[in-house]
Amino acid sequence: MDTLYGLFIAPFADFGFMQRALFGSLMLSLGACPIGVFLMLRRMSLSGDAMAHAILPGAAAGFLFYGLEILPMTIGGLIAGIIVALGAGAVSRFTIQREDASMAAFYLISLAIGVLMVSIRGSSVDLMHVLFGTVLALNNEALILIGGIVAITLVSLAIFWRALVAECLDPLFLRSVSKMGSPVHFIFLGLVVLNLVGGFQALGTLLSVGLMMLPAAAARFWTARVEPMCVLAVLIGFASCIAGLLLSYHASLPSGPAIILSAGVVYFASILLGTRGILRARIIHHRHRTA
Amino acid sequence: MTQTCLTFRDLTLGYSSHPAIHHLDGTIRKGSLTAVVGANGSGKSTLMKGIVGVLKPMAGEVVRAPGVRAAYLPQQSELDRSFPARVVDLVSLGLWPKRGMLGRYTSEDRAAVSQALMAVGLGGFEKRPIDTLSGGQLQRTLFARVLLQDADLILLDEPFNAVDAKTVGDLIALIKRWHGEERTIMVVVHDLDLVRQNFPETLLLARQPIAWGETRETLKPENLLRARRFHEAWEENAPWCEPDENAHGHDHHDHAHGHDHDHHHGAGPRAA
Repeated sequence: MDTLYGLFIAPFADFGFMQRALFGSLMLSLGACPIGVFLMLRRMSLSGDAMAHAILPGAAAGFLFYGLEILPMTIGGLIAGIIVALGAGAVSRFTIQREDASMAAFYLISLAIGVLMVSIRGSSVDLMHVLFGTVLALNNEALILIGGIVAITLVSLAIFWRALVAECLDPLFLRSVSKMGSPVHFIFLGLVVLNLVGGFQALGTLLSVGLMMLPAAAARFWTARVEPMCVLAVLIGFASCIAGLLLSYHASLPSGPAIILSAGVVYFASILLGTRGILRARIIHHRHRTA
Repeated sequence: MTQTCLTFRDLTLGYSSHPAIHHLDGTIRKGSLTAVVGANGSGKSTLMKGIVGVLKPMAGEVVRAPGVRAAYLPQQSELDRSFPARVVDLVSLGLWPKRGMLGRYTSEDRAAVSQALMAVGLGGFEKRPIDTLSGGQLQRTLFARVLLQDADLILLDEPFNAVDAKTVGDLIALIKRWHGEERTIMVVVHDLDLVRQNFPETLLLARQPIAWGETRETLKPENLLRARRFHEAWEENAPWCEPDENAHGHDHHDHAHGHDHDHHHGAGPRAA
């Protein structure tokens, strides 16, 4: 009993920084995982990654002018991300170019600007911090920011749920009954940026997209409906955060990669064992019904 | 007194400055059932898109009578069949005009969804994932959604593609029921026998209307021949269509002739 307590409870009970890390990362999962589900269903899984790179120059600008301060870096990242999202979205909506190409163009330009800005002032240590974050150093400011982002995300999802589902499922139909199609797409891109920015203090710009996509990708193997898929993705996100933080504590590993790799383990397990996974489809499913 | 549902005024629709519907004038009567026929590329689907508003006119306009709500079943749906949704989720989208983005679905709505599925012969399919449906079943599911939209103007673009004979019969019966309910219906069809048997009015298109009116008149052999001679390809350097001074206020048949001339349709020898 004591060993169990020592393994699972004590790290969180004894250390304030672990509690903050747990609280922050659980909140992040609550907002980012459902967003990841919709990114995946819209075949934009890699766009999340692109957006994560795109917020770098904004964060770097904040860092250049104010040092390692959460608020300026977040606001900078938000602005850069929104410019890229709107720019890429607008190019794909109003020209013949598809969103994958315009997104690639915009984020690469943005990324190059970001790397340039970091290198002007900082050492490679600073760059590492921006890229990989530190969930173990979340301060009150950061937690409040993450809380606000999660609240905005959940409220927006509740309001625009039906339009978002319709826009994914049958965009032409949505255009024929309502003018919500384009606005809901941009609102969604805004939420993606918001959640990536929320995650980058904790996980860094590169890994924050991991907490968004991996639980979603894993949840896809378990259910054929959107609502349970979102709930499951959030639960997988929770489990990954707890497991990752414990792993990082006991084995002295960096926390960000530990969290994302935990989600990676769930992903691989889901590929194999999920109700829509490999084993079920190939091996166990020999029997069939008469009609 | 007959009321109009749709009015086309000098309507030109198309893609990258090439018209697919060229200077269309005319009206669709409220409660009418019209078949839209014509060769590939004659502008049938384009006209549908123009009416529903997903394609903006290059010139002229489509005017809907006030308060008319349209339901549209496209030929090439942008439906994502891999999306994790059930039949009931897809059909429930048809409640949008009634409930909008935020309105809750009531038990009455759910009963209406079941009834719509029953009406297209898919009773009990509510829980089926949409990626397990056959092509014909999906088409009927989309019909159920149109049914649920409860629209005054129903636009169906080749709804009978990939649908077996029995189902075509069921869907025709449904269309006739809508016709009986005084809804205005336009259907793009290729099967002319089907049109002769079931549709009182026909619009024969070849970028311009070749003939428009009572089905038996419209589908006369000489009209069909004229429609067949229609030249489908765009001519890259076709001359610009200049607006003529008296574009409005004359018979649209005359107008069609005028533009025939402008665009060399059917004039001169041409390699088949």
